[in-house]
Amino acid sequence: MIKHLLSIDQLSVAQIEEVLRIAESFREVGTRRIKKVPTLRGRTVCNLFFEPSTRTRISFEIAAKRLSADVINFTADSRTSVSKGESFKDTALTLQAMGMDAIVIRHSSSGAPQRLSKWVAASVINAGDGAHEHPTQALLDLYSIRERFPSFEGLRIAIVGDVLHSRVARSNIKAFTKMGAQVTVVGPPTLIPASAESWGADVSWSLDEVLPKLDVVYLLRVQKERQNEQLFPTIREYASVWGMDRRRAEQLKPEALIMHPGPINRGVEIGSDLADLSRSIITDQVTNGIAVRMSLLYLMLGEGSEEGS
Amino acid sequence: MKLLVKGGLVVDPASNTETTADILVEDGRIAEVGIDLSAKGATVIDADGAVVAPGFVDLHVHLREPGREDEETIETGSRAAAAGGFTCIVAMPNTDPVCDNASVAEKVASRGRMVGLTDVIPAGSLTKDLEGKHMSPIAEMVRSSARVRMFTDDGKGVADSRLLRRAMEYIRGFDGVCAEHCEDASLSEGGQMNEGEFSDLLGLKGIPAEAEEVALSRDLALARLTGVRFHALHVSTAGSVELIRAAKKAGVRVTAEAAPHHIGLTDSELLSFDPVFKVNPPLRSQADVEAVKAGLADGTIDAIATDHAPHSPEEKEAEFELAPSGMLGLETALAVAITELVKPGVIPLRKLVELMSVAPARIIDSPEQGGPIAAGSAANLVVFDPTAEWTVEPEQMRSMSRNTPWAGRTLTGRIIATIYKGAVTFESGKVLEEVVS
Repeated sequence: MIKHLLSIDQLSVAQIEEVLRIAESFREVGTRRIKKVPTLRGRTVCNLFFEPSTRTRISFEIAAKRLSADVINFTADSRTSVSKGESFKDTALTLQAMGMDAIVIRHSSSGAPQRLSKWVAASVINAGDGAHEHPTQALLDLYSIRERFPSFEGLRIAIVGDVLHSRVARSNIKAFTKMGAQVTVVGPPTLIPASAESWGADVSWSLDEVLPKLDVVYLLRVQKERQNEQLFPTIREYASVWGMDRRRAEQLKPEALIMHPGPINRGVEIGSDLADLSRSIITDQVTNGIAVRMSLLYLMLGEGSEEGS
Repeated sequence: MKLLVKGGLVVDPASNTETTADILVEDGRIAEVGIDLSAKGATVIDADGAVVAPGFVDLHVHLREPGREDEETIETGSRAAAAGGFTCIVAMPNTDPVCDNASVAEKVASRGRMVGLTDVIPAGSLTKDLEGKHMSPIAEMVRSSARVRMFTDDGKGVADSRLLRRAMEYIRGFDGVCAEHCEDASLSEGGQMNEGEFSDLLGLKGIPAEAEEVALSRDLALARLTGVRFHALHVSTAGSVELIRAAKKAGVRVTAEAAPHHIGLTDSELLSFDPVFKVNPPLRSQADVEAVKAGLADGTIDAIATDHAPHSPEEKEAEFELAPSGMLGLETALAVAITELVKPGVIPLRKLVELMSVAPARIIDSPEQGGPIAAGSAANLVVFDPTAEWTVEPEQMRSMSRNTPWAGRTLTGRIIATIYKGAVTFESGKVLEEVVS
């Protein structure tokens, strides 16, 4: 397995398959009364979060704890870290000196995990950097799709919304196309990067046009602040043109899935009653996230890794 | 003090010379240029196989003094300049305090004279405190002992078109140069790198080429309106080159410069997420690089200027979005220009000397710079080997800072000696501590 996970680019199809296969066995651990295995006993994992996040941090924390690793949570605000004292590099060197085996990093600045990996001996896992990547989200999404569809080959997936600012979109487009799916990015032209087509995705500005063909509609969170940046006139207008509502859900094929990386804005990118439909697998994504992160930690730090052997 | 530069190929566009000759320097001036001159009583610089040219002039340097003497001082910046073959540098006004009055300008100029390794000519700000609200006391700076010639708010553009128009008209009255950092801040706001396939891929906010081109279009229109001598700083896009080409054709009094990093590096460098490659204007696409090179070759862009911008390691090691823009340039400029322009045959050596010495000397109105290499001229000379290869090591830099994007890269073209006012300021790897005045 790889030493660091900074981008989904680093994983081959075979490696992704291995992560998903091992996640399958860890999924079962989460259903036991005693949800713990001794795999990473004595290893230390640090969750280094420079950006507020509850879901991803807790998911990584549970994953590491179920593997019996010691978990340290370090939360700082990237906007103040420089003025307020310790620099990013000094924080990295401090954690290094404390003997971390893995550092799970979330940062509002793209590329922060890549920089960190140059300074520390620990394995670095990117838990989301700026608008760059969120590779573990892509892996858990693959796992969640795999539960419903036997093969990715030829699956039609639309990623809808604020692709421009989305690290989830960047990782998922790469991961989905790598596994053989056909990806279309959908949203207003202001939120679709000009070079999106060069990523191997189709581009559409109309959700209604693509809906009937889809196997998966993947909705991205749209931040209300974007209307202040003149990216669309109002959040209402956005919801009426690119939001997933009951009328649009009826255009989907019967077996088609609705996914969302969370946290959801009910009434914006997803209608308030849709998140609870059976075709919506948003809570499965959350559950699977733990198993996939356990799989990854095991492969990177456990017996199968260079570190563990 | 006598100095004999022996056996070099003298490349001097001002006297239309490109021939092997000896140059005898006495009392700060060139005494004689000829074949087999006597070396009696003179220190000899062996220039066999090397090129001798008028000393280089850099229109765009950030010396950080006053205000950030932890990053660079007029002294360390002068050393770096000497090591890069420069005998004249223009110090940008974005210091702390800002060079927006005669007393700061005179302080910078007199520190430069005291260090005595190169001419240090301060540029004055167009607006008070670089705030873009009120015109700086331009006449006061022109008439000061610093004799300021260039006015700019470099680091940002002047957003208020009326104010810029008035400043241009006012500067014209002193035959000064209005220089602009062309950037429409509303289009570049929050931008980290060139907008394009790589910014899309990396999730870093892009700065479109149009942020530069929109501002440059307005500036060229106002230059035409006011008749001022207008200088476009660090031109970085294909569209800008085209705009300047058209403006020159239409008779606008415009000159332009390009930075070495905009002809030698593209935005693909940002794949490393290393803030050493963060600069403003940002590293652009390959097509932009080719257009800037073509602009230098055909005379659209007049000068190579480094935009030498020292930054401390702790600031450059921050997260990408928090790191400041700017990179070192003085000590690598010649080598980058040779590697990217002369070696591949884009321009001949003579054109290189025009771009790095003759044209910038003319733009800054410095009669003692840019040649000719002839008896009676000030002895401001550079001797360089156009074929020597060397690997850039940040630790070897004379600059106080280390933020060179060329670290570890092998470049062609090396300075052998720099002579300023008849004294050797740099020779075979070291800057002389004492200079006889």
